[in-house]
Amino acid sequence: MTEDGSLVLDVRGVTLQYKTPRHLVTATYRINLEVYESDRFVILGPSGCGKSTLLKAIGGFMAPIEGDIFLRGRKVVKPGPDRMMVFQEFEQLMPWKTALGNVLFPMKATGRFRGKEARERALAALSKVGLTKFVDSYPHMLSGGMKMRVAIARAMAMEPDILLMDEPFAALDALTRRRMQEDLLALWDQLRFTVLFVTHSIEEAIRVGSRILVLSPHPGRVRAELNSSYVYGQPLDDAAFGLLSKRIHNLVFEGEAEAKQPEALV
Amino acid sequence: MSSSGIVKTQQVVRPEFDRIPVDASSVGAVVRPLSPLQRLLDNVLFRRCAILAALALIWQLYALWLHNSLLFPTLTDTLKVMIHDFGDGTLLRRTKSSLEVLLMGYAAGVALAAVLTTLAVSTRLGDDILSTLTAIFNPLPAIALLPLALIWFGLGTPSLVFVLVHGVLWAIALNTSSGFRSVPETLRMSGRNYGLSGVRYVVTVLMPAAFPSILTGLKIGWAFAWRTLIAAELVFGVSSRSGGLGWYIFEAREELNTSSVFADLLTVIMIGLLVESVLFRTIETRTVEKWGMQR
Repeated sequence: MTEDGSLVLDVRGVTLQYKTPRHLVTATYRINLEVYESDRFVILGPSGCGKSTLLKAIGGFMAPIEGDIFLRGRKVVKPGPDRMMVFQEFEQLMPWKTALGNVLFPMKATGRFRGKEARERALAALSKVGLTKFVDSYPHMLSGGMKMRVAIARAMAMEPDILLMDEPFAALDALTRRRMQEDLLALWDQLRFTVLFVTHSIEEAIRVGSRILVLSPHPGRVRAELNSSYVYGQPLDDAAFGLLSKRIHNLVFEGEAEAKQPEALV
Repeated sequence: MSSSGIVKTQQVVRPEFDRIPVDASSVGAVVRPLSPLQRLLDNVLFRRCAILAALALIWQLYALWLHNSLLFPTLTDTLKVMIHDFGDGTLLRRTKSSLEVLLMGYAAGVALAAVLTTLAVSTRLGDDILSTLTAIFNPLPAIALLPLALIWFGLGTPSLVFVLVHGVLWAIALNTSSGFRSVPETLRMSGRNYGLSGVRYVVTVLMPAAFPSILTGLKIGWAFAWRTLIAAELVFGVSSRSGGLGWYIFEAREELNTSSVFADLLTVIMIGLLVESVLFRTIETRTVEKWGMQR
C-alpha cells in the first residue's frame, strides 16, 4: 500500500501515432513506465525514439491509440496544471508579461492561488531560482538561462504532481547547461519534487536522473530501466559514472554499431 | 595549382605574447553623456516634425512660385481658410459628423473581426469560413458596395456604416488570423497546459501573442475606414445635404473654392497623422515595443 500510495505516474502499454502530411508515424509502441514520488525519472533515447511525443501524451496534448496514462490514479485525458511542462524553447514564456507576471499567470488562470498568496508564492519561487533582482524584467531582457529559470519557477510555483521537462537545457550553451543541471538538483534537494526529464544526452541523464529509462528508436520501445541514484553528486570523472555512461551508450547505440560496420571498412 | 587534389599547407608558427593593455586614458571617460544635439537627432518626434516642416516649406515656396490660387493655394492661404472655417464651426461640425460615422463603423468592424477570428481559431469550420469570406470580400473595394447599400438602407448613416464595416472588417480579420497562426507552438502548449480553452485561451494567450499583427490590422483598418468614408461622402454629396468632410470637399470644388478643398484635405491628413503618431504610436511603445516583440 505504501508503494501504491507513492506511485505518481503510471504509463501502461502506450502506443502513440501522429500524422504528418504524408505519413502516419508510430512514435512509441507499448511503453510501460512507473514514476514514484520524488523520482528524478529520465527518459533517454536517440532522436526519433518518440520521447518528446511520449511527454506530450503525458502532458495530455495527444491521446494514445492504445494503452492508458494515469496520474495519481486519474486517467489523463487533457492538459492540466497538475502536470506542469517546461519546454526547450524560450518562447514558452509570455513576452507581454514580466518574470513575475509569467510565474503568476498559471496560478491566476487556474484560480489555484489568488491575490497576495499568489504573489508571495511567485516571489518565493523566483528567489529559489536566483532571479529576485529580475522579477520586473520582461523575457526579452533576460538571457537564455534566466528564461529557463523563469519557466522552472513558474512550473514549480504551481506545485504540480509531476514536473515534465522536455529537453529543457538543450538550447543553452554548455556552461549554462551545467549550471542549470546543478541548480535543478539543488532545488530538488530542497523540495523533493517529482520530475520526468526527457533528454538525448547520456551525461545529462546520469547527472540529473535517479532512474533512467532507455528507449530504442523507430518506434520507441522500452529497452532498459537503470538506477543511477548511486552516482548522484559524484564527479564526472568518477569510475562509476564512466561505467554507467558506457553501459547506457552500448544500450543506445547497439543497433547502429552493426549497421555502420560496412562503412567503417571503407 | 591544386591539380594534385590535396595540398598540404605549411602552418605558420607565431610567438605567444602577454602584455599590459595600451594606455586608453586619451579617450577620456569610457561612458559619457551625449551632447544635446546628438540627443535631439535621436528623437523621433523631432526628426518627423523637421520633415513635416520641410514639406510645409516646399508647399509654400512652390505655391508662391506658381502663383495660381485656383490650382494650388499657398499653405498660409489654406491655413487661413482652415482657421476661419474652424472658427465659424462649419469645418468642426463636418469633422465631428465624419468622425462619428467613422468610429461607429470602425468599432462595429473591430467587434465583428474579433468574433469571426475567435470562431476561426476555435473550430476548423470557423477557420474555413473566415478564410473563404476574406478571400471573397477583401479584394472587393468597399466603395463598390455603396450603391447596393443605398438601395438596402437608403441615404444616411446606416449605409455609410455598412460600407465602413466592410472596409475595416476583412483587413483586421486577415491580419489577426495570420497573427494567430504565427503564435509559437510552445507558447500555445504552455497556455493549454494551464487548462485554458475557448474564449479565455484566445483572450489571455493568443491575442497578446499576436498583438503586433493585430495592431497592424487595426492601423490598416483605420486607414481603409478613412478612405472609404471620404469617398462615400463624395458620392453622397450629390444627393444629400447632410455630410461630413467628403461632402465639404465636393461642395468646395463645385464652387471652385480650391483653398477650401485644401483646407479640408489638410484636416483629413492632420487627423490621420494625429491618430497614427499619437494614438497608435503610444499603444505601440506601451505594448509590443516594451515586450520586445517589435523594434
